[in-house]
Amino acid sequence: MKTRIIALLLALVALVTVPYWMPGAYYINVTSQILFYAIFALGLNILAGYGGLVSLGHAGLLGISAYAAAYLLHAGFGHPVAIIIALIAGLISMAVYAVLSLRTTGIGFIMITLALGEIIWGLAYRWISITNGDNGINVHSRPMPFGFSLASPTAFYYATLVVFLVCIVIVTIFVRSPLGAALMGTRDQPRRMNALGYHVWAIRFWACMLSGLLTAIAGVLFVYYNQFISPQAVDLTASAEALLMVISGGAGTLLGPIVGAALVVIVKSVVSGFIERWNMLLGAIFVVIVIFMPEGLVPGTARLWRLAWRQFGTSRDDDAAAPSKAGAEQ
Amino acid sequence: MSALTLTNLCKSFGGLHVTRNVNLNVAPGERRLIIGPNGAGKTTLFNQITGELTPDSGQIALLGSDITRVPSRRRPHLGMARTYQIITLFPQNTIVHNVSLALLGLSPLRWNPFIDLKRQGHITERAHEALKRVGLGHIAERPLSQTSYGERRRVEIAMALAQNPKVLLLDEPFAGLSIDERHDVHELLMAIPRDVTMVMIEHNMDVALEFAERITLLHFGEVIVEGTRAEVVADPRTREVYLGH
Repeated sequence: MKTRIIALLLALVALVTVPYWMPGAYYINVTSQILFYAIFALGLNILAGYGGLVSLGHAGLLGISAYAAAYLLHAGFGHPVAIIIALIAGLISMAVYAVLSLRTTGIGFIMITLALGEIIWGLAYRWISITNGDNGINVHSRPMPFGFSLASPTAFYYATLVVFLVCIVIVTIFVRSPLGAALMGTRDQPRRMNALGYHVWAIRFWACMLSGLLTAIAGVLFVYYNQFISPQAVDLTASAEALLMVISGGAGTLLGPIVGAALVVIVKSVVSGFIERWNMLLGAIFVVIVIFMPEGLVPGTARLWRLAWRQFGTSRDDDAAAPSKAGAEQ
Repeated sequence: MSALTLTNLCKSFGGLHVTRNVNLNVAPGERRLIIGPNGAGKTTLFNQITGELTPDSGQIALLGSDITRVPSRRRPHLGMARTYQIITLFPQNTIVHNVSLALLGLSPLRWNPFIDLKRQGHITERAHEALKRVGLGHIAERPLSQTSYGERRRVEIAMALAQNPKVLLLDEPFAGLSIDERHDVHELLMAIPRDVTMVMIEHNMDVALEFAERITLLHFGEVIVEGTRAEVVADPRTREVYLGH
């Protein structure tokens, strides 16, 4: 427990001081990306990790919030209105998603979410009067909360960090709550949960809504970070990348999606500068994770650490026992 | 007023009639045994009583109220609990967490996304009490994955009892148990107070006959014999379709 608190404090200090030790604005921007993608992955993790409902259409939901904010800003609305309506649009879309896709689970759920995601991509691409098609929508400014401009990479990073920390707290509280426990129960034994008196569908629906809220928040941060949104942000690859973040980091863990988001964003934004075929590298990393740590990087590392620690303890016990054994033989 | 009443219950899967005009009247506090050869429709009958399957026709009444169309998730709230033939638990969690989930299922707290479940002392306390009742209090914090089959069977019963049911449906509670474990579970079931009505499906006749006050014999989805233990065992039809000669 003490070690965990110290690790958390160190992580917090590292995050708060990022602008001071990161070598340049580009890397601060990369860290901002990691944070809002981590929020996105945390949202997907609520469903895929804790609820056992793998969604392949989450980028579509992120896109709806991002497009809503961009469209409203472009139409001349203020930032607070654009942000609030974008979040509401994300939640309403998630409710529609949930009502349609929660009719089934497993492969059926994956296929329905995939189809819904593709519909949103199609709309983003073809509904030109609203989305400006392939050209996308530009956002000309970032908000100024309490008079602080978020135009600089450092200011935007701190704003993203605050939102990220709030999201982490929300997810932590949810996971430890009775509703969180019920969601995990519906993932493991839905039939049993039903027989115990739980409304399995409703539990999953509320989990979808929390996932939708986090996804919508990530969507707003995404559009403000890029100051641009186009159909590329809502395509199947984007949904698959989010799923990759969750699975590679460790589905059903708090830290896993954050580590997964860091991995994907670093390979995409940093390593791609050095390796042309970074997609292949990302694929190879994923294959290695699946082979050696099928449960994901975070739980896998914890498992290997425990194993190494146990073996170290055993070898130390053997070393300690060896002289006394030799003495006894003499 | 009966604890459980089934009236002309029918269920078919395509052309296969798995329940044919089943009538059953279980008195409050009664220990009822349902027997029958494999494929007789015993578990299907249980699934209709608990609402996992909807009967094609007929009526199910629990404590005098018609529950035929009540969703299965509502039935535990009305006083019905069940155990499964194939143990259905949460192996990633501790034993006490499994029982806590059973308690939460009937509590409005289950919708709460803000409070810490581990800090809900009254839930944990009641879960520990239920586990003590089935003799598992000393291993309450053990992960379920590190328990024996017999212990898991008792966890299932603890989960059902934790919900303070009026009617408890037990689907083959002795299946897969060793002789000692069977004895323990038998003792445990015999100790359940009379305010709980119990209906049990069981093939293991040694322990089941000791438990039963009345027996219903199902064959191809039909009740062919019903009566006291002595009456059913003595009936030639029981010997013919189930006990053998």
